[in-house]
Amino acid sequence: MQVLANPHRFQIISRVVLPWLWSFTVVAFMLGLYLALGASPPDYQQGETVRIMYVHVPAAWMALFIYVVMALASAIALIFRHPLADAAAKTAAPLGAVFCFLALATGSIWGKPMWGTWWAWDARLTSMFVLMLLYLGYMAVWRAFDDPHRAAGLARVVALVGVINIPIVKFSVAWWNTLHQPASIIKMAGPAVDPSMLWPLLVMALAYTLLFLALHLTAIMTEIAARKTRARVLKSVGGT
Amino acid sequence: MNGFRAILVRDIRLSLRQAGGAGAALAFMLAFLVLIPLAIGPDQATLSLLAPGLLWISLLLAVLLTTDRMFQQDYEDGTLDLFNAVTLPLELNCLAKALTHWLTVGLPLALISPLLGVLLNLEASMIAPLMLAMVPGSLALSLLASIGGAVTAGLRRGGLLVPLLVLPLYVPVLIFGFSASSGEASSSSSSSAYLVLLAVTLIAFVVQPWASAAALRAYFQ
Repeated sequence: MQVLANPHRFQIISRVVLPWLWSFTVVAFMLGLYLALGASPPDYQQGETVRIMYVHVPAAWMALFIYVVMALASAIALIFRHPLADAAAKTAAPLGAVFCFLALATGSIWGKPMWGTWWAWDARLTSMFVLMLLYLGYMAVWRAFDDPHRAAGLARVVALVGVINIPIVKFSVAWWNTLHQPASIIKMAGPAVDPSMLWPLLVMALAYTLLFLALHLTAIMTEIAARKTRARVLKSVGGT
Repeated sequence: MNGFRAILVRDIRLSLRQAGGAGAALAFMLAFLVLIPLAIGPDQATLSLLAPGLLWISLLLAVLLTTDRMFQQDYEDGTLDLFNAVTLPLELNCLAKALTHWLTVGLPLALISPLLGVLLNLEASMIAPLMLAMVPGSLALSLLASIGGAVTAGLRRGGLLVPLLVLPLYVPVLIFGFSASSGEASSSSSSSAYLVLLAVTLIAFVVQPWASAAALRAYFQ
């Protein structure tokens, strides 16, 4: 951590790591998509539509995982005041929002043939929806302020309050849902996932994680470059 | 503690003597209630069914729309800066602001709005449980709103940012507040919902001073 915390050294290491990361991502996706769309068997109940799972479930995992990354980066920024941590949190948010949207959209497409509806106010869907709102709120804070230092300080608070909120929301919508409608079609039938389906899913999850890491590193590099540009422009017009 | 009380008393006085406090919130609620039958039709049975939820939403919106009063003025004229410089921790100052908001907006509305439910054909037996749930619920709403208020204290046009930040935090309050007030008072699910509502309020109580103060400090740096 300490070694990487220097933005300059971070850039040097990232430049070496990034091409490898991108190549691994491409390989993992090729393998994952082959397994998911070709090699794995169709489900005995759901038929071919089960293949949506391989793009849907990892997206949902990533949406949650990225919020944790964002909150951790925000906590590090709050405690150690490190600008790189702020950049990491800031750039993670749009990625998380996209994965969240992807999870909701693919879930909706999957829901139509399976449950007969595009959208149901099920506990999981609702908490995913709220997560999406948290991402959007966090991104809006960054956009609302001209001064990046001020925006960073406020965004940290918003991210950390959000991470306290997520488990409470998760718990409360589960309660709410069980009150209003007993677990119905919405629950996936519970037999443990067969290895022939589990492996493609895990490979896809790995591919998604690699994709996030590659995109995140690239985005942080971009953010550092943008800051340098900003500093240079400010200097050239005589600001500080 | 003396400083805390002094700030609390000052803020309450200020907000009572200013236009746009509890009176305006109450008027807003009335306007909202008038629009409901216009939007969903005057059918008494439908209105009666929807009344508790709509009253919760009107309470929530009234609290949300008065959030900018919490910090903005004191931030703009430098009062917050001054209070930050004296010995009273900023956290306590923020707590005082949220409590003021609750005492002048949230609590009056929580006590009055179940009675206004008569306009929506709310069953008479529902009035007491609704009030009982709205009192702690509105405290949680005020506390959570103050986090959004602190984050946007220096934004001249916070606009939709406050609702976007605060509404996701309202999900648990709304769920437990509603289920605590909708069931029969004796049923176990509504009484445990009431307990969880109190727990959510307590969590908001713990998180709010810290979060609001951290947000305000970002302005002072």
